[in-house]
Amino acid sequence: MDLNQWIFIGLFFALGWTLPALPIVLGKLLAPRRPNPTKLQAYECGVEMVGSAWTQFRAQYYIFALVFVIFDVELVFLFPWALAYNQLGLFALFEMAVFIFLLVVALVYTWRKGALRWA
Amino acid sequence: MELTVESVVFLILSAITLGGGLLVVTTRNLFHAGLYLMLSLLGVAGLFVLLAAPFLAGVQVVVYIGAIAILIILAVMLTPSVTQMPAIFNRNWALNLALAVLFFVLLVSVISPALDDLGVDNWSANFTEDSPAAVPADSIVQLGKDLVDPDQYMLPFEVASVLLMAAMIGAVLLVAPGKAGDEGGDE
Amino acid sequence: MTGLLKDIGLSHDLAVLIAKTIGVFVVGGFGLLWTLLGIWLERKWAGRFQDRIGPNRVGPFGLIQTVADTIKILLKEDIMKQGIDRWVFNLAPILSVVAVILIWAVVPFSPAWIGTDLNIGVLYLLAVGAFGTIAVIMAGWGSNNKFALLAAFRAVAQLVSYEVPMVLALLVPVLLSGSMSTQEIVRQQHIWYVFAVPLTVLIFLISSQAETGRGPFDLLEAESELVSGFHIEYSGIKFGMFYVAEFLHAFTAGVLTAILFLGGWRGPFAEDVPVLGFLYLMIKGLFVYWVLVWVRMTLPRVRIDHLLDFNWKFLVPVGLINLLVVALVWKLIPGTDQINSTADALVPTLVLLLVNVAMILVIGALLAERGRRERARIQARVAGTDLPAEALASAAD
Repeated sequence: MDLNQWIFIGLFFALGWTLPALPIVLGKLLAPRRPNPTKLQAYECGVEMVGSAWTQFRAQYYIFALVFVIFDVELVFLFPWALAYNQLGLFALFEMAVFIFLLVVALVYTWRKGALRWA
Repeated sequence: MELTVESVVFLILSAITLGGGLLVVTTRNLFHAGLYLMLSLLGVAGLFVLLAAPFLAGVQVVVYIGAIAILIILAVMLTPSVTQMPAIFNRNWALNLALAVLFFVLLVSVISPALDDLGVDNWSANFTEDSPAAVPADSIVQLGKDLVDPDQYMLPFEVASVLLMAAMIGAVLLVAPGKAGDEGGDE
Repeated sequence: MTGLLKDIGLSHDLAVLIAKTIGVFVVGGFGLLWTLLGIWLERKWAGRFQDRIGPNRVGPFGLIQTVADTIKILLKEDIMKQGIDRWVFNLAPILSVVAVILIWAVVPFSPAWIGTDLNIGVLYLLAVGAFGTIAVIMAGWGSNNKFALLAAFRAVAQLVSYEVPMVLALLVPVLLSGSMSTQEIVRQQHIWYVFAVPLTVLIFLISSQAETGRGPFDLLEAESELVSGFHIEYSGIKFGMFYVAEFLHAFTAGVLTAILFLGGWRGPFAEDVPVLGFLYLMIKGLFVYWVLVWVRMTLPRVRIDHLLDFNWKFLVPVGLINLLVVALVWKLIPGTDQINSTADALVPTLVLLLVNVAMILVIGALLAERGRRERARIQARVAGTDLPAEALASAAD
């Protein structure tokens, strides 16, 4: 494997952020700054903010993230399989079908339990 | 001691990984801890690249940063005091420290002979010169073949699927315990 | 480039490093500058779709409108409200742009022009996509605003959910070409994959529309009903950066579709004249982008529960079945492991096309049947009351 390929990616990570940072710095220099207490309040529909936003939140979105993690791990297994597929036999497809089927069973279970509902 | 490009990159990545890890456990703000964890995991991904294992690097970012770290951040939001975690010091910290040091020594003593066998004598060794010969160019294709090869990893592969299924069902039971039975899914 | 720098007397390593650094700024800068033109183009199109003219005052055909807007937004006050998490707040807009321009590192502009031809290119696309999700969470958290945080969670649920069908669609070109490198996928498309696997293209387009947060999936920033979104506390150029990221991401989705399914830089004489390849790619990318804008301008915004239902109960199952069916058909056709010319690709493409059309028809029939049942259910309820059907339909949700 050629590490040289990755130097470019590494540089992108190291330097890429300067591109969007540049206009922000420019804005800092050009834009006026006249704060006043009202302006600096949180915009919550004009109602005064009660407490901080950094507090306990409900978990309705949590199940989607959980299901996603499971699927993500599964999909990662699919990549080498798809890559090598042209060199594999029909048996490999059958194996992958079993692999996916078990995940579908889990998805159907989640679905039937009503956990996929945004309540 | 000679500094090659690889060793400099290795040092930077190690610093990111270890520094990130250290910040995770020292910050009082759980959300920040989550972000530092991502930084640390990103450093590990970089180390994978350096080890000529780009597929693992990609998986590291997709699964650990893209899914698990995000899940951790969401989980963190469920705790009542996200920004002000009380300082928790384990009373047995001396014992834990001793165990950690012992484990470190153990790891070093196991790994160093293995490194000697590979002919890597110090940290500034040129990674790219030595190891890529052992890593075939189509290692990901080989991985794909081995995963479904009955003589190789077919069974672990299918077991992994069962494990994932169990994890998902368990997660559903944990998150929606009261919901069991009272909703017929999607009509 | 490297050779030129070496001639000046630089060492090989340094020359490579400088050349690559310039490459980073060329690729990234191209993305950002393209936004100036692209936003104008999109506003013109949006105008046409809505039966108006669009920007036409500043410069010929309103061409300089975006430049004027950029200057205006640079001069706007950047309000940093009290109680924010300063670092997180300021890093979020930067990260959201970086997440998009990183994609351009693996875009093959022509047979020779590519930032870097990674052998895990497709996986890399997914990996950098994760940074966009993190940027959203950081913006929502950093603002210390309950609406922003709620919107960020909603956005995360949407972004991670739609990543699943997107990956399932991405796997199909990987499977057909036997490669994860974007350049190799383009090379393998002797016949564009869109003709072989139209259903996959549909899945990919729908999920990229959701990933980029554009209508009908623009719940990330629903101004009227959800008080904007995770970037509600941002003003001035920082808000502008989120806007740039969104636009560039949507256009990038068009370019990626062109690369994965429309043959990328492929076209007459593209192998010999690199500029032609670049032109072909941009034209194809713009075409797909135009389709996406069309969809955006046509369909009304969906609700969050419908959005997630559509993903998990429709798109994901369809994506899984599609992948397995394509894999099965691909294995059953002899000679698909060695495709080196258009002639080799002809028969597999035709067979896959037929199978895809059949799948689309079956799925369409199932959807129609489901719609009929739903309508019948509502009509049955209406029969017993004096309420209009619409009221019951919304109550039934």
